[in-house]
Amino acid sequence: MPIASDFRELRLDRISRDFGQLRALRDVSLTVRRGEFVALLGPSGCGKSTALNCIAGLLQVTDGALWLDEQRLDAMGPEDRGFGMVFQNYALFPHMSVRRNIGFGLVTQRRPRAEIERRVDRVLALVRLEAQADKLPGQLSGGQQQRVAIARAIVVEPPLLLMDEPLSNLDAKLRLEMRAEVRRIHTMLGCSTIYVTHDQEEALSLADRILVMIDGQTRQIGTPEELYARPAHSDVAEFMGYRNLITSAAETVEGGVAVTVGGARVTGIAMEPIGARAVAAIRPDDLRPTADGPIAVTVEIAEYHGRDFYAVARGSDGTDLYFRSDHRVSAGDTVRLAAAPSRVLVYAA
Amino acid sequence: MGTLSLRRRLRERGIDAVTLLVLPGVVFVLALFVYPFLYGLVLSFTPREGGWLANYQKFFSDPFLYDTIWLTLQIAVPVTLLNTVLSVPVALRVRLMKRQRLLTAILVIPITLGTVMVAEGLLTYLGPRGWLNRFLLELGVANSPVRLVHNYWGVMLSLVINGFPFTFLLTLSYVTGIDPALEQAGAMLGARARARFFRILLPLLAPGLAITLALAFVQAFTVFPSAVLLGAPAGPTRVISIVAYQAAFEQYDYPLASAIAMLMALVQVIIIVALLGARTLVFRGPASTGKG
Repeated sequence: MPIASDFRELRLDRISRDFGQLRALRDVSLTVRRGEFVALLGPSGCGKSTALNCIAGLLQVTDGALWLDEQRLDAMGPEDRGFGMVFQNYALFPHMSVRRNIGFGLVTQRRPRAEIERRVDRVLALVRLEAQADKLPGQLSGGQQQRVAIARAIVVEPPLLLMDEPLSNLDAKLRLEMRAEVRRIHTMLGCSTIYVTHDQEEALSLADRILVMIDGQTRQIGTPEELYARPAHSDVAEFMGYRNLITSAAETVEGGVAVTVGGARVTGIAMEPIGARAVAAIRPDDLRPTADGPIAVTVEIAEYHGRDFYAVARGSDGTDLYFRSDHRVSAGDTVRLAAAPSRVLVYAA
Repeated sequence: MGTLSLRRRLRERGIDAVTLLVLPGVVFVLALFVYPFLYGLVLSFTPREGGWLANYQKFFSDPFLYDTIWLTLQIAVPVTLLNTVLSVPVALRVRLMKRQRLLTAILVIPITLGTVMVAEGLLTYLGPRGWLNRFLLELGVANSPVRLVHNYWGVMLSLVINGFPFTFLLTLSYVTGIDPALEQAGAMLGARARARFFRILLPLLAPGLAITLALAFVQAFTVFPSAVLLGAPAGPTRVISIVAYQAAFEQYDYPLASAIAMLMALVQVIIIVALLGARTLVFRGPASTGKG
């Protein structure tokens, strides 16, 4: 039963997966439209790789269903789904040259030799590895192996491309380069992609939409802008870089919610219904030193980041606050901080 | 700054006091292997009568003697192939199991029993009045007792029972060394179980299997207790170790016995070199890639 390569949507319908007593995935639902780049983002162990393996067919779902348009995928093995997969450790066949690795899927499909050669050559040019075509994987660098893994997955022109933290084994500089590669290939081929990562920067820069998963559950699905500026829950905010998470007494006032941050009363926006106590989430970038800011703090640690400084300071009530400063700050400095009310997000405690 | 002392220079090459720990092992190997081997080699060229090649000439002129090479190969080669080939599907299945260790322990018990005890057991179990024959007669499958001992089949069975745990353990270690993601990648690219086995697993196992074949062959070719206890030493299972034994301890012709032993070694060396040579034709690197 071949999969239609121009499908409309892939639907995860309340997928659950248990490992004995452990519920690794709980009611995960998602719709991926054709051509979309969706990132599954979450901390280590949250279940995102499990979800990807369920989509791939390498794991069975314990509950829920998987649909490709009207076709139900659950019962199909990975060999029949025809999805492309890029593994975290590349999983290149060590005994085959780059060319044979890439051609593996086409040989399995019993394509004519001329066609295989043509398609492999085209993909080799796309990932710029023509010179390495006859080398063995063991003779390649990490970045090159990564490109072979991607090439091998896309040469069969799969309807859906699955990528499991493909860049996590690369060093920082290479990761940035490969990120651009992934973006370039996606733009050129328009292949629907599901990309698993724990790096929010990667997700923000690559994805059309992001699904944030924590402890096997979907916490939020949205565009990168939505997740960056308006995380739906405090744990999502924490994961998306809102390093300041302060629990305090909350009081509804005109224009929002009043909370205590670093000993000072600050106004923020409620993101969900809150009670007497609430958690205020503020990005370090949004907590700026100002001459007459309400929050008085003493700097404990200051990190030089080239263009600005990143500091950890202690407020008058003993809480630690993280902020950015354009101008030099040093340990021991007293600084006054302020945050715009629209950038103080308040959640239920 | 002067030149480094001799001690420092040696240490930089990895030679220091700890290296001296290798001395007992070297002495052991020299005294208990190299010396007796060389002694035997020289002895084989000093026959009781005749020129320096007389022992070898005697061996190759007497069918009773030179037939043993063929007879031993007839036993050793099928046993080696059977044990090695059988170990592959069993190891592949066991590595997927949760209670691996229990099953591995069970499969390895025959090694702990020793050749003689296994032979004794087989004599009782498979003999004309043994459990198996009584079972077959009872069921009506056989009309008269099936001859499984004191012949070729008895020796075969004993060698399989003694040799399989060994090949199984070796193959299991090779199989578990293959990154499971490789098979997953194969599956994602459309390859079913059979294709994954022949195109991914087997090429990666081949170098290890060559070694397993070589070691299993040595074990089978040098068979002695099984051949004596379960075989027909005078006839179809007259293996080369038996004639070496007879020359040494029945005829007291040590030079001839040494010559036979040297020929045994030669046959084994030829086969091992052939196997290891074939190994270099196949891929010889690690069975996983990337920083996995």
